[in-house]
Amino acid sequence: MGKIVINQEGCKGCAYCVVACPRELIMIDQSRINNLGYNPASFKDNKDNNKAECTGCALCAEICPEVLIEVYREKRRAGDCT
Amino acid sequence: MQKVFARPATLLETGFHFCPGCHHGIVHRLLCEELDRLSLADRAVGVPGVGCGVFLYDYIGIDTCEAPHGRATAVATGIKRVLPQQFVFTYQGDGDLGAIGTAEVIHAANRGENITVIFVNNSVYGMTGGQMAPTTLLGQRTTTSPAGRDCQNDGYPLRLTEMLAPLEGVAFAARVSLHNPAHVKKARRALQQAFETQLEKRGFSFMEFISACPTNWRLTPQQSIAHMEEQMLSVFPLGIYKDTTAGVLQKEGESANAVL
Repeated sequence: MGKIVINQEGCKGCAYCVVACPRELIMIDQSRINNLGYNPASFKDNKDNNKAECTGCALCAEICPEVLIEVYREKRRAGDCT
Repeated sequence: MQKVFARPATLLETGFHFCPGCHHGIVHRLLCEELDRLSLADRAVGVPGVGCGVFLYDYIGIDTCEAPHGRATAVATGIKRVLPQQFVFTYQGDGDLGAIGTAEVIHAANRGENITVIFVNNSVYGMTGGQMAPTTLLGQRTTTSPAGRDCQNDGYPLRLTEMLAPLEGVAFAARVSLHNPAHVKKARRALQQAFETQLEKRGFSFMEFISACPTNWRLTPQQSIAHMEEQMLSVFPLGIYKDTTAGVLQKEGESANAVL
């Protein structure tokens, strides 16, 4: 269906994306500390969640203040990036 | 799979210096998306005022001109009059535009200068250490109002969009918020209208973004979002306050419900 790629080295752990994801597929990775000194947001692999799968809705990317999330989807829609 | 969301080309790869949860990054991205969509990057001139948005030139790949504190609209007026083919916008915070730059913005608006003003309102002086701003909410604690803002002593929150919208030179005035993805999308639509106002030479366009300052609010990013929804939006109602293409000045309550 879809997937996201988070640039974790720039993440400041605000967790706006965690709250925005309607499928609860993003978590703050407490086991990692990035170069900025924050626990970065991390995408849970689709395979781990039988019920919830990323749809590529891009709500996480809309709210990310650092613009670190890239979104991929099977089909493009009107308004997608060029 | 196909890429459907990525950094806009005009937004440089440099990481922002902003604090975790600060909304300046979203405003920067929306600006870049619009500049890219309208192919304006080559002829856009940004005029950042003094505040956390001052490093705009580090993050957006366009020409910029720094302005003295509060004078961004005056500097932008000069640039636009000398180079009318350029797309000119200012990027100011509430300390810059709402306090020291109030005179400049009122007269630029009243003259109907064909520029776009991006006004980021987080109800506090962010860069200088969290002092009380004209837009600070009643009861809000800041470093210069440690017991909370008191109307007897400090007056009331200043509503810039309501103040500027009735001026005849203003062609477009809107207030949007950035507290969730749905409102970010609405903010982009309003920003499109503001940019088109300038491109169509209809006059002064004004965009107010309600944003969070978790550091100086002494809140976590999540608490800041709740603070915006519960406290700020009742004092600063959202909506398109003026759009000359729509004909008449829309009433506050109607526009807030109907448009945003």
